[in-house]
This record gives sequence, C-alpha cells and structure tokens, in this order.
Amino acid sequence: MGIHTLAGWYPMVDNIIEVEALKVHFPVRGGFLQREVGPVRAVDGVSFFVQEGETLGLVGESGCGKSTTGLAVLRMLPVTSGKITFEGIDITNFDQNEMRPIRRRMQMVYQDPFGSLDPRMSIGDIISEPLEIHRLHNNKADRRDRVTELLLMVGIRLDMIERYPHQLSGGQRQRVSIARALAVEPRLLICDEPVSALDVSIQAQVVNLFQELQEKLGLSTIFVAHDLAVVRHVSQRVAVMYLGTIVEIASRDELYASPKHPYTKALMAAIPVPNPVLEASRAHQTIDGEIPSAQRPPSGCRFHTRCIHVMPICSEIAPELRSEGNSSVACHLYS
Amino acid sequence: MTEITYRSKPSGTQLMRKLSSFRSFVVRLFRENPLGAIGAVVCLIFLFAAIFADLLAPYGFNQIMPSNRTKPPSWQFWFGTDHLGRDIFSRVLYGARLSIIIALAASMLATIISVVIGIITGYLGGKIDMIAQRFVDAWMSFPDIVILIVVVAVVGPGMLQIILVLGCLYGVAGSRIIRSAVLSVREQSFIHAAQSIGGSNTRVIWRHILPNIMPPIIVLFTMRVGAVILVEAALSFLGLGVPPPTPTWGGMLTGSARNYMYLAPWMAIAPGICLTIVVFSVNMFGDALRDLLDPRMSGTR
Repeated sequence: MGIHTLAGWYPMVDNIIEVEALKVHFPVRGGFLQREVGPVRAVDGVSFFVQEGETLGLVGESGCGKSTTGLAVLRMLPVTSGKITFEGIDITNFDQNEMRPIRRRMQMVYQDPFGSLDPRMSIGDIISEPLEIHRLHNNKADRRDRVTELLLMVGIRLDMIERYPHQLSGGQRQRVSIARALAVEPRLLICDEPVSALDVSIQAQVVNLFQELQEKLGLSTIFVAHDLAVVRHVSQRVAVMYLGTIVEIASRDELYASPKHPYTKALMAAIPVPNPVLEASRAHQTIDGEIPSAQRPPSGCRFHTRCIHVMPICSEIAPELRSEGNSSVACHLYS
Repeated sequence: MTEITYRSKPSGTQLMRKLSSFRSFVVRLFRENPLGAIGAVVCLIFLFAAIFADLLAPYGFNQIMPSNRTKPPSWQFWFGTDHLGRDIFSRVLYGARLSIIIALAASMLATIISVVIGIITGYLGGKIDMIAQRFVDAWMSFPDIVILIVVVAVVGPGMLQIILVLGCLYGVAGSRIIRSAVLSVREQSFIHAAQSIGGSNTRVIWRHILPNIMPPIIVLFTMRVGAVILVEAALSFLGLGVPPPTPTWGGMLTGSARNYMYLAPWMAIAPGICLTIVVFSVNMFGDALRDLLDPRMSGTR
C-alpha cells in the first residue's frame, strides 16, 4: 500500500511520526563569565506518536513545553536527547540541509496571524513561496494556478491574491497561513495554537476549515492548544502536558469522559458549563499555587507540589506513563 | 463599498511591464507625496546641471577676470563673482558635479557596507556578532576627522580617497542601525515560517529581511548624503579636500569665502543655498520613497 502525492509514491507507514523520550533543554547562562548555570528543561522526556490521518491534540498551561515539542518535532530547535522518527526516517540528527526535503512533508501553522505573514509580500507571493523553495511548479502560470486552487480550498476570494497581509482580517490571514502550509502537500501539519489569537466566531470557522481539509487531504496533525474545547473538537487523541512531561494521553472521548490524572481532572473542571444554573451549582476543583520553574522541577512526580491526592511516594519516584486500554496515565494512583 | 486594489497585470513584455509599473510609481509619487515629488525633481535638476555643467556654465570654472572681482549678482554674473573674478554660477555648476558625485558615491558605499555588516552580524548573531561589534566599537572610538586627515596625509588629497574613506567610515558606524533593524525583524514569526518551510539563509535574507529593513536603509542613505557633503566641506576647509582650483561646494563655502564675508557675502551664499537645497530635497525624496515602498502606507485601502 502506498500514497500518491505530487512528489511520487510513498510507502504507507502506520505512524507518521514517532517521538521517543524527547528532551529539549535550553542552556541558561548567568553570572560574570556567562557560565552555564543549568538548563531549563522545557521538554523533559516526552514520547508519543501520530498515526496516518490522525490529529493529536497537545494541551497544557502556558510554559508546559507544548509549543517547544512542536518546534522540536519540526527540527527548528536543537534536540537535547531522544529520537524523532518521521515516516520511518530518524531525523533527530539531520542538519538543515538534510531537513529541507523533509520540510516539504511537514509544515507549520503559527499562532500569530499578524506576524507570520511577511508584510511586504502579497498574498499570492506568500503562498507561492514554498512552491518556489521546493521547486514544485516551475513556471509562473502553473504556480499561479496552484495558488488559485489553494485560495479556493481555504475560502479566500481570488481578488485577494494581489493584496497585502495588512489588508486582511485575522481569520483571513490564518487561512492564508494554512494555504501556505498546504501548498507543498505535506503529510504532517503542526499547528501551534492556530486559533487562539482569533475571535471566537472566527475560531469556529477556522477550526471547521481544519477538519474539512484534514478529511479531504488525509492530513496528520499535531494540534497544540490550550483551549480544551477546541482540542476536543479537532483531535482524535489528546496528550496533556505538565512541566515538560506528558501526564496523560488518551483517545478524546476517553479523556473528556473520564480523565484520570489529577491534573487532567482539574483542567476538565475548569471548562465552564454553558448552563449558568449548572455552572453555579458545580463543585470547582481548582489547582493551588503556581507552575514550578522548569529550571528546577520538583522531584518525583512533577505535579506533586500542587496535587490534591499527593502521597509520600510522589515526591520520590517519578511515575511512568502506563497504558491501560485506550489511555495512558503517569500517576501513582493508577499503578 | 471598499475600493478594490486589485489591478490586472498589464499584458506585454517584461520591459513594458517594468515601464508601466515605473509610470504608476511616478504617478503615485506625485499624487500621494507632492513634497517628495518636488524633492525628486530638484534632485534631478541638480543632477542634470552637474552632468551638463560644460554646456550650461557661461564661463569656465577657473576663468579669471581680474576686472570683475567681487562683483555682486547681476545679469552678467547670476551669482556674482569671487575675489579672483571667477563667475560663481559657473563654479557652482561645476562644483555640483564633484559634490554630488562624492555625496552619492560615498553614501552608496557607506550604505552597502552598513547593510552587509548589519545583516551578517544581526542575522547570524552569536560569536560573529560579538567579534564584529567589538571591532565596530573600536572603529567608532576614533574621531572621524582624524582618520580622514591621516589617510589624506598618507595617500594625498583627491576625490577617490575621500569617497573610499568616507564610505568606510560611515559604513561601519551605520552598521549598528541596520543590525538593530535586522534583530527586530529576525524575531518575527514570518522569518521563522520561511525557515521552517525550508528557505535557505540567503533566501530569507534577500526575500524577507532586506525588504523589511528598507525604511532604515533609505533614511540612513539620505542622512549620509547630507553628512558627506558637509564633511567634504570641512575637509576642503582644512585643505585636505579636492585640491583647488577645482570647485566643490564645500571648498567654495569655507575657503576664501570666509575672508570676504562682509565684502562679498554671495561667495558663500550661493554654494551654501545649493548645498542646503540638495540635502533637503534628498531627504524629502528619501522619505517619500520609504513611504511608497511600504505596502502598509499605500493610499488605497
């Protein structure tokens, strides 16, 4: 079995991307001689996979390392240790030149619709840039045809082709961003909070567009977000991150119906209920305190400083991610 | 109803298209920025006068008429005559040639050096940036005029030396401004996007960084034009400029004109006004250019 794309035939692999024990540490320099005073462990031992045509939601609070994970998978950040396998190829130690052909196969959509489009390029030029870089449609007329096709696909009026990003609304810009990412027919799309900068009504449109395109093109997606409702809408599986580690990873229905990890439970409890009567009568389980520093993460389970079910073992031994049916959880309560 | 800015691309050859886009640029310049258009026209007039000085000048630049010394402006001598009886109008025309050549060439060189150093250090960063910036620090700690005097003392006065020295001097100093502009552009996510798509460094620099740092480049260039003309004047004043009797505006302004300030003020006024007008109009045109090249500033929305 295989898939035919613009660039030819690719062998079918079940997992489009596999990440094993990924660590991304940023050196922190300080003091008089700029010595290294210890790393920020932004991502500290994360493992997951994404299947062909699947969307994996990556959620967690600010600073938990979800965006860093996305960027590391894209090899836009140096990887400290671990292994990233994309379409069966180990890309962990690829340099930028080796990555270039791979970049065609995985693209990114950014959070900020204002900053991610070059203000000096017209919409047409922005979308045809990846085509030029990967030499996909070599003559101008072909490229223009492809750009037209992409604009239709994301629902942008064709007369926008000559316009500049500043003349577009946030939602339109994000559509252009998506068109640019899809231009080279990638297999994996990494979306870094693609809708969090948009109005709620526009969010819904863009999320629907994502789903529509995904079904049509059979894309695999890593969808990084902090909005649980959006993630629920788009993903088949969801990974919950806390302070650089995955605490729970489960199929969407499983996770939203019966969250296991105390942190996931607290996150779920924080989703407001639309019915005001129910909302008022609901028992709120909140997490106390601040997220600890990623430079000095707590010993054992990283969540033990804020967990309501904390046990003596929690501060000593870090729980392993154990799978049970459709879900995996890293918590001593379940081992 | 919002105005639709979409214009169909004119059909025709590449040249035709270039010509028509140039024409629409000129139209926009006059319509949206009349002050800048005036600046451009004045610059062109001076450039024209400089190029055709041979034809336009009524007298030779070193044609001495002893009977007509320090004559005030008249129909015969439009800008008067100097203490040796030379026609100042003719000398201003010839002076424009040297002053404008020096100003444009040195500013161009300075801007290119600034952009190259600024982009390399700002974009690549790291150790290269550290080392290059300490070099720039060292370079800038020398007073400009001292370096100029030393160079001229070693290689002798002349136009080429002045262009090269001023170009390097201002180029290195200006690299700081370009570098800071590059640093702020580099952090934007469209640069990251271009890299993640697979764009090479060269491509990112040419297609994304350079167009986005055009405003400071243009401002830097126009500021340098004025500065170079003034420094050239200072050098001529010290006797280190282009050697006499070749006229330059700076030389005319600061040379013997000072001694005849009360007797024949027009000796200094004529080149002084020309100098002011050129510097001013280059700045106006530069500002207009900066605004017109920025799609965000275009009038139709």
